[in-house]
Amino acid sequence: MNSFDTFCPSHGNHALERRGFLKLAGAAGLGWLTPVGQLLARQAEKKGKTSEPAYSVIVLWLAGGPSQLETFDPHPGTKIGGETKGIATGQKNVQIAEGLPLLAEQLADVSLIRSVVSKEGDHERGTYTLKTGYRPDPTIEHPALGAIACHELPADKTEVPRHVSILPNQWPGRGGFLGDEYDAFKLFDPANPLPDVTRRVSAERDQRRVADLSIVEQAFAKGREKRVEATGHRQTIARARIMMDSAQLKAFDVASDSESVRKQYGDTPFGRGCLAARRLIEVGVRCVEVTLDGWDTHANNYNSCKANNAILDPAFAALLKDLKQRDLLKKTVVLCLGEFGRTPNINPAAGRDHWPDGFSAAIAGGGIRPGVVVGATDPQGSKKVERPVTVGDLHATVLTALGLDPKHANASPIGRPIRLAEGEAVKELIG
Amino acid sequence: MWLRNLLFIGLVVAAIAALRANLFPLSGNAQVRPVAPVTRGSELDEVIGRVNAAFRAEWTAQSLQHAPLADEYTIIRRLSLALTGTIPSWEEMRQLEAIPPENRVDSWLSYLLHDRRFGNYFAERLARAYVGTEDGPFIIYRRRRFVTWLSEQLLTNRPYGSLVAELIVSDGLWTDKPATNFITVTTVPEGDGPDQERLAGRVARAFLGVRLDCAQCHNHPFEEWQQKDFHGLAAFFGKTQQGLTGLYEGKGEHMMTDHKTAKKETIEPAVPFLKELLPTDGSRRSRLARWVTHPQNEYFARATVQRVWALLFGRPYLDSVESMDALSNPPQPLVLLAQDFAAHHHDLQRLIRIITASEVFWQDSKANHELTDEHERHWAAFPLVRLRPEQVVGSVQQAAALKTINAESNLLVRATYQGSINEFVKRYGDTGEDEFTGRGGTIPQRLLLLNGDMVKESTENKPFNASTLIANLSANDRAAVETAYLSVLTRRPTAEEAAHFESRLAGSKGQERISRLEDLFWTLINSTEFSWNH
Repeated sequence: MNSFDTFCPSHGNHALERRGFLKLAGAAGLGWLTPVGQLLARQAEKKGKTSEPAYSVIVLWLAGGPSQLETFDPHPGTKIGGETKGIATGQKNVQIAEGLPLLAEQLADVSLIRSVVSKEGDHERGTYTLKTGYRPDPTIEHPALGAIACHELPADKTEVPRHVSILPNQWPGRGGFLGDEYDAFKLFDPANPLPDVTRRVSAERDQRRVADLSIVEQAFAKGREKRVEATGHRQTIARARIMMDSAQLKAFDVASDSESVRKQYGDTPFGRGCLAARRLIEVGVRCVEVTLDGWDTHANNYNSCKANNAILDPAFAALLKDLKQRDLLKKTVVLCLGEFGRTPNINPAAGRDHWPDGFSAAIAGGGIRPGVVVGATDPQGSKKVERPVTVGDLHATVLTALGLDPKHANASPIGRPIRLAEGEAVKELIG
Repeated sequence: MWLRNLLFIGLVVAAIAALRANLFPLSGNAQVRPVAPVTRGSELDEVIGRVNAAFRAEWTAQSLQHAPLADEYTIIRRLSLALTGTIPSWEEMRQLEAIPPENRVDSWLSYLLHDRRFGNYFAERLARAYVGTEDGPFIIYRRRRFVTWLSEQLLTNRPYGSLVAELIVSDGLWTDKPATNFITVTTVPEGDGPDQERLAGRVARAFLGVRLDCAQCHNHPFEEWQQKDFHGLAAFFGKTQQGLTGLYEGKGEHMMTDHKTAKKETIEPAVPFLKELLPTDGSRRSRLARWVTHPQNEYFARATVQRVWALLFGRPYLDSVESMDALSNPPQPLVLLAQDFAAHHHDLQRLIRIITASEVFWQDSKANHELTDEHERHWAAFPLVRLRPEQVVGSVQQAAALKTINAESNLLVRATYQGSINEFVKRYGDTGEDEFTGRGGTIPQRLLLLNGDMVKESTENKPFNASTLIANLSANDRAAVETAYLSVLTRRPTAEEAAHFESRLAGSKGQERISRLEDLFWTLINSTEFSWNH
């Protein structure tokens, strides 16, 4: 079995046909047979596309809501800018906040959207919105960007999870109505070995256990063979075991990169997470999300941001450089953002509060036009934003870079057509 | 780390208690006691008979041969999983064996309905429908308090209509009056009191089985609901305010922005259907509460039946728990159950007894003839449903403990148990608010059971783990295999299984024998049969 939708079977739409248990088997088990042809056909229809679409996405998730003013959109010398200075970058006339000097050097390869607007100022709801492209809706659970990518794009030869969340907080990307099998595979500091992929007993005992399992399975299948088949249970175990034996598991082992490379990313869990992200996309993982928590700076904003930037800067910069050197940047979209930004006003605790009304995202690679700054926030700190980009637009941009049509709709469990994203790709960044 | 220490202490305590219970099987714990069967010769007979006849008529009309009845242990396992979220313990199975076979299921059901595990597990399921899984606004929302309160209501079998009415009308503080959390959870920190629209959506979905939310911003695209229907419902919460003393009825109106003209207008409270049942006196919320829970509000009764059905079978009767938009023409069994529920003061335990005594609950999930999608659709065989994460972890722990883990267990045992459940659910992946969408299993879940710490630690050679106890205390190989099967799968092995695993144990001693039993536990825990309700 070469083509192997280990974690995220492409076009597994059993959520839509849940009553047809025989079809469930198709989705859980044989999903990999169907979609590639359709997908090629869909891509072939696209006109004017000469370059290859991006293959993967890496999301650097700044959890807590990073201050745009202390990262990608400083306003030095203004009241709202506070004490944060700007520094020159690889983009002419574009400054980012001090504290990101290494990233500043790479900025010619990056574009900034300084005018992202959302309607959710609560962490959980904001995270949902930014990760799925939709506001929370009690009648449906939307899939995260990575889940959509895995659902829409083929698995090729990937034997490890294709949607991965490294250092997740309580809200990693989920499969939503596409199904739990599109949930992000969660892992923590890559310095530690990957849990649960190693057998706990000798090979001999393991073999015996597997043989014994088939005895129990036979007994249960009697009189309900097809129904048991349709649960996908045995297939899922078979796949889990293939993953356990896969050479691709080495992708999780950052220690096998050279010390000089590891050093560049920084000796932090987040730095190792970014290095693991690069290794994972090398074996065909579609989406890796790496979380850096600690951006909820209601108090002591400057010092907290300084500490966070010291972790973010080497990791983000090294990731861009490393991807570029390996000729992977053009097939990988790198996106860096959080659930919202922070208020232009500085509160009495020297902090900034939640601000979904104009914040920043950095985006690079994957055919996204580099060196562009989209939109601007008001130096006076009002909610007036130049060239607002909605969260839907942002998602549409990434999906377009992946060669997907944001207008394509999947059916929700009750048959509601739900577009991959509800916005328009940011034209300054695409094509 | 603390958890591991706690686990160890807990296991020692549990195992000593288990040993004691072994020696004195009837001492010191809640007992499954024989009760007179309720399914035969009781006043429930008539309604159960009518429900059975309705299903039989449907199968005949569809020319479907239904599955035969399952054995009583299968029913006992289903009841435990549905009502307490775990399998029966080996200890409980032994107690059951002392009861005449024809009374076992009834005794078991009565025992479970009085068990705090039922209150807690069912309360959590209902809470997901009422308030979701979000942490909610920190200061003014206490989810645990809310769930504990719900659990108490369920155990006293409070009429369900009265429970729901209290959710809607309660004033006061969220700490002092737990029911108010139903409303305070919708409060947005920077907003202006509880969110009237979210409450309207909740009331419609959780209590009436209707999705009105889509009509919040526009007229419903494929159903008859109008934007005003939704906002009329929201207006019942238009005067609900929040202050230092908690919730109260104050001043205020509900405003709606017309989707065509973008004009804002004040909307008066109104219900979308059965308008004649709406009382005219009392506060807005009191009127809404009495309308929702009115004995003639068939939407309420049917939505409740639909939800309880889903909790018992793991799958809703109709397509989704919260969209009974097919209500205008519901299937006959659902109508019968709803009528009985409404006619008996919305008695939840009665409803549970009727459904679980009906043939459709007793059917096997296997048959000598082929079971097709059509059987599935018309409930002509018991469905195979993947267990919820709490059910999986609860069952692993229960299987490995031999002794019942319940409210009467040692505090440490319970704390360890709860800690493991939380940790496991986090890794396994929670199902979230909509618990009944059909989902297959995932590879991380399989990895967790194949290689994870929890299974390893519950089955390996530890002084008082089930595998160790069985290895050391069973009279012979046959008894050892049988005990393992009863503990994990709530059944005895088939002849082939018994022969196979007895041969695995044959002649083994000491550490080797314990390892063989650990392997047997591992094997049973990783089977389809263990992870799916059947």
